[in-house]
Amino acid sequence: MTVSEHARIPMQDDEATTIFEKGAPGRRAFVAPPLDVPQVDGLIPAKFARAEAPKLPEASEPEIVRHYVRLSRRNFDLDSGFYPLGSCTMKHNPRLHERVTALPGHAKLHPFQDPSRSQGALELMWNLERALGEVSGLPHVSLQPSAGSHGELAGVLLTRAYHEDRGQQRTTVLTPDTSHGTNPATVTMAGYKVVKVGTNPDGGVDVEDLKAKADENVACLMLTNPNTLGVFDPNIEEIASIVHGVGATLYYDGANLNAIMGISRPGDMGFDIVHFNLHKSFTQPHGGGGPGAGPIAVSDRIEPYLPVPIIERVASGNGAGPTFTLVEDTERRPKSIGKLRGFQGNYGTFVRSYAYICSLGAEGLRDASETAVLNANYLLAKLHQDPEVAQYLPLAFGKLCMHEFVLSGAPMKKELQIKTLDLAKRLLDHGYHPPTVYFPLLVDEALLIEPTETETRETLDGFAEAIGAIIREAKTDPSIAQAAPYSTPVRRLDEAGAAKQPVIRQPLS
Amino acid sequence: MADASYPEDLLYHPEHDWAKIDGDVATFGVTWFAQDALGEVVYFDPPEVGTTVTKDEPYAEVESVKAVSDVFAPLSGEIIEVNTALGDSPETINSDPYGEGWMVKVKLSDVSETDQLLDQATYLESLS
Repeated sequence: MTVSEHARIPMQDDEATTIFEKGAPGRRAFVAPPLDVPQVDGLIPAKFARAEAPKLPEASEPEIVRHYVRLSRRNFDLDSGFYPLGSCTMKHNPRLHERVTALPGHAKLHPFQDPSRSQGALELMWNLERALGEVSGLPHVSLQPSAGSHGELAGVLLTRAYHEDRGQQRTTVLTPDTSHGTNPATVTMAGYKVVKVGTNPDGGVDVEDLKAKADENVACLMLTNPNTLGVFDPNIEEIASIVHGVGATLYYDGANLNAIMGISRPGDMGFDIVHFNLHKSFTQPHGGGGPGAGPIAVSDRIEPYLPVPIIERVASGNGAGPTFTLVEDTERRPKSIGKLRGFQGNYGTFVRSYAYICSLGAEGLRDASETAVLNANYLLAKLHQDPEVAQYLPLAFGKLCMHEFVLSGAPMKKELQIKTLDLAKRLLDHGYHPPTVYFPLLVDEALLIEPTETETRETLDGFAEAIGAIIREAKTDPSIAQAAPYSTPVRRLDEAGAAKQPVIRQPLS
Repeated sequence: MADASYPEDLLYHPEHDWAKIDGDVATFGVTWFAQDALGEVVYFDPPEVGTTVTKDEPYAEVESVKAVSDVFAPLSGEIIEVNTALGDSPETINSDPYGEGWMVKVKLSDVSETDQLLDQATYLESLS
C-alpha cells in the first residue's frame, strides 16, 4: 500500500459524543462528606432559586478525563506540530512563563486589592510598559487594551481625540490594500470612512496613490511594516512625511513586530501610535477568545489622550523605594479617552510577556527577530530549490522576505487543477497546520507562510518536502488533494453550509 | 459550479462585473471569473430599490467563505429591481452567474457610459 492509499483511509474516531451523553444518573467524580452542621435554608430569595435541579453531566473522573483528552487530540495545536499561520506569529510559548504566572503572588492577586498592597504587580506592569516603549521607540504605553483589535480601536480613538482637541473634524482613514482585515473594521467602528491605498510592484505602499489620497480630511494612515506580503517598506520616511504633512497621524499595526524587534523602531520611523499583540511577538499563548492584551505605545503629542488607569511611579524622598499608583481621575487626566475595560487589564498576560522580555533581554529580542527573518528566508529558499515548487507556487512580490512570505497558488490552480485550499487541506495529512490562505486579498490564491524563530531546520525541511510531495502527487492525480484531508477527525468541511446554516445548539435529551 | 463562460451579448467592467443592456435599463451581475475567485458565496447584501448607483463605485457586498467583497457598478443609474431570491440562495451567484444569479436592474442615467465598458473579447484578453 502506498502512502497516498494509506492516507485515504479515514480515521475511525468519528465519535461526536458530548459530556452530557456520557456517564449515568447518580455517577460522581467526587463525593462530598455528609453534612455535619445544621442545614441553612432560605439564604437565596425564593424568586431567584431554581424550581428544579439543573441537568448537569453525571460522570466518573476517568470518564471526564478521557472525554476531554480525546477532544484535545482532535485539535491541531502548536504543541502538536508546526503551525506556520502567516501574520499570526505562532511561536513556541516557553513553559517557564506558565510557572512564573502560576506563582500565588501573581495568580491569586485580586483586582480589588488595594494598590498599596499590590505594589509588585504594579511595578511589573510599569516595567513592562517601559520595555514596550523601548521596543517601539514610543515612550508612553498603556496596557489597557485587551486584544490587538482592541488596541487598534484605542489607537484610532486616540487619533480622533487628538484631532478633536485641535478643533478638527476629519472623516477618513487610509489603509493599504494589504492591510489586516481588522484595520478597516476598526476604522468603521471608530466612525471613520476607509480609503484604500494601492500597492506598488515591489509590494510596498504606492507612494503616488498615497499622495493623491492624503488630504486634510485624512485622520490617520494605518500601516503594517513589514506588511502582510512580508515586505519592509523602504519608503517609510517619505510615507511618514506625506501623512504628517497633511496633519494626520501614522498608526503602526504591530501584528508583524516579530520581524523588527531590536532592529528598527516604529517611533524612529515616524509612527505616532503602535499596538502590540502580546500573543504574537511576546509569547502570550494564542487563546480561543480568552484573556488577551494589545497594549499601545504613543508619542508625546498623543500622550494626553491615553486611556485610564495610568500607572504612575512616585519616587520617595526618604531613601525608600519608589511607589506605584493607579491614576484615573478626570481632573488629572482631563483629555483621556477614558476607560476601555474593567479593572487593570489581563494581568497574567503581562507576567508572561514580561518574563519573556526579561529572559531574552534586548539582545535576545533582536536575536529572535533576526532568526525569525532568517527562518522565513531559509524556508522560502528551500521551497524554491525544488524547481516544481518554484514553478507552481511562485513568490507573489519581491525576492527576499522579512519574517513571512506570500506564495501564489495561481499557476498550481491553472495547471495542476488543485487550489490553494486543496494544498492546505492536504498538508494536514502530512501533519502540518496549513499556512494562512487567501490572504492578503490582492494575491491570487495566496499562501502566507510565517515559520517563526522557534522552529528547527529539520522542521522547515520537512515542511518544504511535504509541499513538494503534494505538488508531485497532484501532477499524477489531483483528485487526492482535491478531496483531502483523510487523516483528520473530520474530513473536508462544508464551509458554505457552516456559514449559512450553522448548527450552534446541541439539544439535550 | 458552472464551467467558465463569458456570453457575447454582455458588456464587461474590469472589476469583473457584467451589464446586459435593454434600452435604458441594464441588469448587473458578476462574471464567472469573479465568482470563481470568490469561492462559494454565502451571503449577498443587496442594496435597496431606489438607491442611486455610480459607475465604478460599490453598490452591494458579497460574502464568500474567503472574504467579504464589494460589488462594483459597471454603469450609473437608479436601482429599479433587486434579485431578492439571492437572499435565500446566494450560491446561485456561483451556479448561474449570468442567469438566475443576476443582482440588480438599473435605470441608466447616462446610456453613453456603456461606451466605456469592455466587450467579451477585450474582457477575455484582460483575464489572460
